[in-house]
Amino acid sequence: MPLLDVENLTVSLFQDGTETPLVRNISYRAEPGEILALVGESGSGKSVSSLAVMGLLAKSLRVTSGAIRFDGQDLLTLKDEEMRTLRGRDISMVFQEPMTSLNPVRSIGSQIMESIEENLGLSRAQARLRAIDLLKEVGVADAERRLKQYPHHFSGGMRQRVMIAIALAADPKLIIADEPTTALDVTIQAQILDLMARICRDHGTTMILITHNLSIVARYARRVNVMYGGRIVESGDARTLYTTPRHPYTEGLLQSVPRLDQDRNVPLKPIQGSPADPFAPIEGCRFHPRCPYATDLCRSDVPEFGDGLACHAPLSIETREAV
Amino acid sequence: MLAYITRRLVGAALVMLAVAILVFFMIRLVPGDPIAVMLADSGSPEAREALIRRLGLDQPVIMQFWKWFTGVLHGDLGASLYGSNQPVAHILMNALPKTMSLAMLSFFVAVVIAVPAGIIAATHKNTAADAGVSLFAFLGLSMPDFWLAILLIIIFAANLQWLPAIGYTPISEGFWEWLQHLILPAIAIGTGFSAIIARMIRSSMLEVLQADYMRTAASKGLTQRVMLLRHALPNAMIPVITVVGIAFALLISGAVVVENVFSIKGLGRVLIQGIQNRDYPVVQGAVLLVSSFFVLSNLIVDLLYAVIDPRIRYS
Repeated sequence: MPLLDVENLTVSLFQDGTETPLVRNISYRAEPGEILALVGESGSGKSVSSLAVMGLLAKSLRVTSGAIRFDGQDLLTLKDEEMRTLRGRDISMVFQEPMTSLNPVRSIGSQIMESIEENLGLSRAQARLRAIDLLKEVGVADAERRLKQYPHHFSGGMRQRVMIAIALAADPKLIIADEPTTALDVTIQAQILDLMARICRDHGTTMILITHNLSIVARYARRVNVMYGGRIVESGDARTLYTTPRHPYTEGLLQSVPRLDQDRNVPLKPIQGSPADPFAPIEGCRFHPRCPYATDLCRSDVPEFGDGLACHAPLSIETREAV
Repeated sequence: MLAYITRRLVGAALVMLAVAILVFFMIRLVPGDPIAVMLADSGSPEAREALIRRLGLDQPVIMQFWKWFTGVLHGDLGASLYGSNQPVAHILMNALPKTMSLAMLSFFVAVVIAVPAGIIAATHKNTAADAGVSLFAFLGLSMPDFWLAILLIIIFAANLQWLPAIGYTPISEGFWEWLQHLILPAIAIGTGFSAIIARMIRSSMLEVLQADYMRTAASKGLTQRVMLLRHALPNAMIPVITVVGIAFALLISGAVVVENVFSIKGLGRVLIQGIQNRDYPVVQGAVLLVSSFFVLSNLIVDLLYAVIDPRIRYS
């Protein structure tokens, strides 16, 4: 049984009396212990769909259809209080902005310990010992002294380590990492991702890694879902997707980031245009205005998702080589 | 930290010096003088001369200032020009507990109303509760405190006869008696301030509730209560503290007016009587004392910042 089973999930924004879908009918599964990636640009719906899993959607956002099954239980049917109990204990989250995700006026220790106390029911003294262990595990040296310090004493990378320690506080089954390294230096990025991968391996934790950087995915995730305009457009094995993308958007994502296995004189190819505006009506495939391979069918009919792909004009070996 | 406090205290001393100079000369600029008040139109020119000499008012103003000011530096605020010539320090010490009691209780009333009201308004934004708080804040800000004082006397003292209308009982004669006499004036003064503070807390809280760290707190599965009290409130209080600090000093000036309505013989009464009688030493002493509260509460506010916000460390 998958640990997380998201089925036909649609999340809409309700504003000024209108309903705008931001996540459109997506389905994906995360097996116990695996690292699953959700990849896409800003506004592709990847963050919104994961906040829906946490039950932390803003008031103006609502799940309008679908199911989110965690450990066989549909989270959408849970009461607020039951969902709160689950948060932090079974599912936790690492956010994008380590600089602003920690409370500036409370010590690092108290912010880690409160999650331990709340979710594991440990005493303050026991929680303190566990917090020290956690800080050591995420690679914060001199943990006992650092516990008393405040967020402004920590660098960005160190703060993200603290966020990981908080996410790990109750040893949850699932960690959702929403662009955990986007705000960090490239060198720190690798350290943090290595750390998260190691933690998942050691604890058997399932992780959903949300990122816009397809090139980091291949190294850490086993399977990838590529999202565009609120839909999953391609999904599959990370390595296959990396070497032989079938959706033009996946190819575009790969071509727009520098790769070490590529001649450095070859200029990067950006995806033309800007991300699909959820408020603008787009007929057919939402990617077609930016797609170099778009056909008339793409402009009129929404492609169905099947066999890991939602595309009327998928790339074949020939077209790929021609590009 | 110690160096910071020392520096601030030196600055405070300079402010107090300026206040001393200003009040000394300004009260002498007010038309009329104590002689006219004491003798009215009676008294011979000789008696008038004798009185002026006795009070030292025949000397050049600058000499009078020097005499008073050196006295102040030695802790001697002078003596009242009237009656049994009580020392000013004695008069002030008699009045101070009443005014402080009133100010503290008003402050307490203001905070007890404002903190929950501000939090409820922010967490229930654009609901009936929020509108209710806004309406209360609007009324609270619009009603002058002396008017509210009179209204409270009419309702609770005159009509319902629940509470005494005037006077003061020291807390040493019983908490309940003390409270009975002070609660109406405290509500009269505190309501306006609670309105200011509640509005500040609401807007500050709304901003904080949007912060990333609130989302982090929610992701830990904390209860709404813990999130609000432990994470949102301390951050929301940082800008509010400034207003509260200034408000506390203003409470004392609010007390001046309201004390008169309730016939409480506090600093306000002392000050107003002093001004009416041109009792120079009393006015000078009272103004100095009230200014020192302003200076002190500002210093306390700055130090409180460092307590609430660890990013601020004075060095």
